[in-house]
Amino acid sequence: MTFKRVVVTGLGALTPIGNNVSTYWTNLAAGVSGAGPITKFDASKFRTQFACEVKGLDVNEFIPRQEARKMDPFAQYAIVVADEAVKDAGLNLESIDLDRAGVIWGSGIGGLKTFEDEVKNYARGDGTPRINPFFIPKMIADSASGLLSIRYGFRGVNYVTVSACASATNAMVDAFNYIRLGRLKLAITGGSEAAVTEAGIGGFNALRALSERNDSPETASRPFDKDRDGFVLGEGAGAIILEEYEHAKARGAKIYAELIGGGMSSDAYHITAPHPEGAGAISVMKDALDDAGIPAEAVDYINVHGTSTPLGDVSEALAIEKVFGDHAYKLNISSTKSMTGHLLGAAGAVEAIACLMAMQHDTVPPTINHFTDDEEFNPQLNFTFNTAQQRPVNVALSNTFGFGGHNVSVIFRKLDA
Amino acid sequence: MSEIAQKVKNIIVEKLGVEESEVTPEASFTNDLGADSLDTVELIMEFEKEFNISIPDDQAENIGTVGQAITYLEENAGK
Repeated sequence: MTFKRVVVTGLGALTPIGNNVSTYWTNLAAGVSGAGPITKFDASKFRTQFACEVKGLDVNEFIPRQEARKMDPFAQYAIVVADEAVKDAGLNLESIDLDRAGVIWGSGIGGLKTFEDEVKNYARGDGTPRINPFFIPKMIADSASGLLSIRYGFRGVNYVTVSACASATNAMVDAFNYIRLGRLKLAITGGSEAAVTEAGIGGFNALRALSERNDSPETASRPFDKDRDGFVLGEGAGAIILEEYEHAKARGAKIYAELIGGGMSSDAYHITAPHPEGAGAISVMKDALDDAGIPAEAVDYINVHGTSTPLGDVSEALAIEKVFGDHAYKLNISSTKSMTGHLLGAAGAVEAIACLMAMQHDTVPPTINHFTDDEEFNPQLNFTFNTAQQRPVNVALSNTFGFGGHNVSVIFRKLDA
Repeated sequence: MSEIAQKVKNIIVEKLGVEESEVTPEASFTNDLGADSLDTVELIMEFEKEFNISIPDDQAENIGTVGQAITYLEENAGK
């Protein structure tokens, strides 16, 4: 059978470095860090006391107070970015076929804050279970896609993918598949996460996964630097409208790029550690290239998973050399997590947006905070350290890897390239 | 207005996001103040928490208006 072509027609972003796509991109290209001391709770007893928080968001500008209080922040974030994306796509909700409009969202955890608050309330009481009736619908990860369907009336396929830090990319690949199979005309996809909470920071601290550079939060996320000491937790959301090409063309939509391939693999190795030789990372990039039907040499930019952990960065760089051969030294690589921190289940969404904007502007956003070379990395690899680089970006690949060994990659290509 | 009545009003204003002027004794949670069934469950729970009592389900079913809530709580709270 012939697959339908799938294009991107709308974007929305809420990140630690910008509460919409345009501010996000300006700050990405300028190399701005979103890290700072944690303001959401008293972190003074935590090993890590900083994070990349969303700043200056007034949720009530988007959602009336009495509705917003029935949503966990991760679901509120989903609405904020989906509103921007739906508007950006110029969708007329009166004229599209709502039965063929879906929502496939990603979240690594879901309503963590809600879970914490409710359990704390119970623990403080005398054992009488006065559990709030909104506890379950606020906490469950799929509340985000449910709320979006209610908001826009989308009656097609609807669910949330949960694959840790690969969640949003998994969601995107699923939406891509439904559209190219002809089952959907369009979908809101992407992901959201709001895990800068006591349990989130404390839990990742316990795994020794987070940077503990408390004296310099803004330089803590330093992927591929010799002194990297873990990731910086971020929060936020990204929304992407995927649409069948002919459908988008017929309504005269602005088209950012075509989604040409999605790869998926599993490490089958360890629940938190990456495979040391990057086996899963190699196979997922190969799978994405195969799916896209393009040679490795066609790729101009890889937005890596690159979380700034000692092991993960090494295995991903090795994997890129394995998959791309000599071309690995010609393409640009960058980890935008150096600026945004790690948005977990939303990472794939905001990083796909980074790829799409890089293509739009023919500019590769940098990997900031590079101070010291690490001999673990081949110096021929171009990690786009510290400042953005201009180059034609016709094809971009985004990698996401999640705890559990889940690997997902997507490849975008300019429509006219 | 009794202290209990004021507390009840405050909870309703906070939880349902309505103006205090709308919270009249006759106002029905569902018909007048926009509450759905879950909102109503939450209100009862908040009353239980605020007044440190337990409202049995068969009695909670009879609390559908602001006035009914105030009357019930004035009769049963603090006992």
